[in-house]
Amino acid sequence: MDTTAKPQYDDGVVKYLTVGAVVFLVLGTFFGTFAASQLAWPALNFDIAEITFARLRVIHTNTVIFAFGGMTLMATAFYTVQRTNGVKLWSNGLAWWTAILFTIGLLATVLSIGLGITTGKEYHEQEWPIAIAIALVWTLYTFNFVLTIASRNKETHSHVYVSNWFFMGMMIAITYLYVINGLAIPVSLFQSYTLFGGVQGAMIQWWWGHNAVGFFLTAGFLAIMYYFVPKQAQRPIYSYRLSVIHFWALMFGYVWLGAHHLQYTALPDWTGSLGAVISLAMIIPSWGGALNGMLTLSGAWDRLRTDYILRFLIMSLAFYAMSTFEGPVMAAKSVNALSHYTDWTIGHVHSGALGWVAMVSIGAIYHMVMKLWKTEMYSMQLINIHFWLATIGTVFYIVAMWVSGIMQGLMWRAYDEYGTLAYTFAESVAAMHPYYVMRAFGGFIFFLGAVVMLYNIVMTIRTAEARSANRAEAVA
Amino acid sequence: MSDDQKPKNIQDMFERNIFALLTATALAFSIAGIVEIVPLFHLKSATDYTEKTDQYGNVKNERFPELVWERTFTEDANGKLVSEKALYKEDSNGNWVLADWKVGDGVRPYTPLELAGRDLYVREGCYICHSQMIRPFRDERERYGHYSLATESMYDFPMQWGSKRTGPDLARLGGKYSDEWHVMHLLRPQDVVPESVMPAYPWLADKLISEDFFGTERDMTTRLSVMRMLGVPYTDEEIANANKAIEGFTEMDAMVAYLQVLGTMVKLDDSKVYRQ
Repeated sequence: MDTTAKPQYDDGVVKYLTVGAVVFLVLGTFFGTFAASQLAWPALNFDIAEITFARLRVIHTNTVIFAFGGMTLMATAFYTVQRTNGVKLWSNGLAWWTAILFTIGLLATVLSIGLGITTGKEYHEQEWPIAIAIALVWTLYTFNFVLTIASRNKETHSHVYVSNWFFMGMMIAITYLYVINGLAIPVSLFQSYTLFGGVQGAMIQWWWGHNAVGFFLTAGFLAIMYYFVPKQAQRPIYSYRLSVIHFWALMFGYVWLGAHHLQYTALPDWTGSLGAVISLAMIIPSWGGALNGMLTLSGAWDRLRTDYILRFLIMSLAFYAMSTFEGPVMAAKSVNALSHYTDWTIGHVHSGALGWVAMVSIGAIYHMVMKLWKTEMYSMQLINIHFWLATIGTVFYIVAMWVSGIMQGLMWRAYDEYGTLAYTFAESVAAMHPYYVMRAFGGFIFFLGAVVMLYNIVMTIRTAEARSANRAEAVA
Repeated sequence: MSDDQKPKNIQDMFERNIFALLTATALAFSIAGIVEIVPLFHLKSATDYTEKTDQYGNVKNERFPELVWERTFTEDANGKLVSEKALYKEDSNGNWVLADWKVGDGVRPYTPLELAGRDLYVREGCYICHSQMIRPFRDERERYGHYSLATESMYDFPMQWGSKRTGPDLARLGGKYSDEWHVMHLLRPQDVVPESVMPAYPWLADKLISEDFFGTERDMTTRLSVMRMLGVPYTDEEIANANKAIEGFTEMDAMVAYLQVLGTMVKLDDSKVYRQ
């Protein structure tokens, strides 16, 4: 190979973001495991304000969703947009600035929440100076991405590939929802009051909140699926038509779902019901999308025995299908009456977050690492170990939360033979203890897998040159 | 692709023109907000028929008059916003106390101390484990009290309805326990409730509420005037005295003041159907 040739793509920033994502995965799952342990053993709060459960839990959600998830989305978007459009980034410099500013914003988020600086809006805890920076990051990211697509050669790349639609849909939806939900009036450098209070505030909050799931954690990661599953399987996507339906149904439908977080609350009944109905309807495109990914393997299922990266990708689709079935079920009013406010919700979120989002990201990251550093992985066996740690950890976690969540809901509404409430709230808390232990254990197993991944990737990068030199010698 | 430059159909056009796709996508996801959110600002039923009557933030509720504390705002000769009823005042001993509002008079703005306590509730992330939204089920009614109404959180920026009950709902916590109980519970929850998994909050007792992050001053005057911009009615005098009204109190005092007001503002009538 001619080593003096100019690189075909801008991969420096992708490398930075890829490693950043893995570091944040390790940190985020560590924070999560620690917070889970605090519920099992409250003494672990140590009376230290910065790490009390409520702050640490928010640090955990921000680290895994926005830091790990965000860096993964940025890395994969910059990686795939160049390859599917056959061009370099519209601006490599802008991409670097975006990535650096994003890193600073994420670190500031983690620190500020530890200090108690928060808006008090779930999944939008960044106070106004950080929120402005994050909104700016997302706008620049979108801008660079769209202009990269626009700069493609329309002779050779007339049509924009499906993964790019999902990425772009995620980017503009997230920017739009994040900015509107974040509108606030500052009262000091460290605090602001949101423009939207009461019932309107609740609806706007969950309109954003559910789409942090629907767009950030679903549409964005489906973009990853639509590129990396066919690449890793070395087969074209199963159905183009299904991709089109999947895309438009998600773009139109997901935004309605926020209202299902507010059923039986002071939100008008019709709004919650509307959210529930559209939630149920979303099963169809979601399963269509999951099948589209899985059936891409038709005729090549045997590769699952040997290709550990493909295992991550296909397992993630299984979890995607499962949680997009579970979600609508939980949105149905009679189920929601039981499941709302319980740990079942937490179990559902983690079957999506660990099983779907993390696994599809992990698969994509392993794939990218090999391409970016032009090498084999340091150890394929460690990927297999990671796969089993991730799968077993996820299953432990979600089973603990399903069982305990349903138990909690049933205990709260149980009546004894005299027609009075059978349990005090404190009794339901005591009953949770063994499940909180089991959940913390599941989370710990998943965290171990993330550590194995970081080790494997660091070793891969460190030995990449040496090994490719060896291989060249062997070939010679 | 064997085709020429002419799009075959609308999807084909979107796939060739990224800006058209961008526009269509933005339109597709804008519809939900228009249908689900915009009406909440206009439908009277969304706020239990509580209505704002002017730009000062005056409110009334003709159908359920017990829900809101009605007072009228006028501009005096100097252009200051005044009201015939005072929310809080300084008594003869120099304590800042509630003035013309009595328990059950209806939803009113928070006093400066309660609002500061609410800021602490947000700072500590209490909403991560405690909801403030009782649903209309028999068991919730018996455990927590009357179901919550939208009017009860109309002065909450942001609302603290929550999404998880790792601990119990707090929407009607006020008055259920003594102030001493709350202090003991916040200092060491397991001393009062052995099964509890709640963290302890000993630092609340050590700090004055007038101190904000990094030793800066907690400016309640700014906070109350921002609240007024958001539609929470305070008189000019109430805003001007806001910093004095929190002087000398600890964070613990403010937190307890907030917890003790939760759910006590309205006396709901069990014979009425407030929500369909």
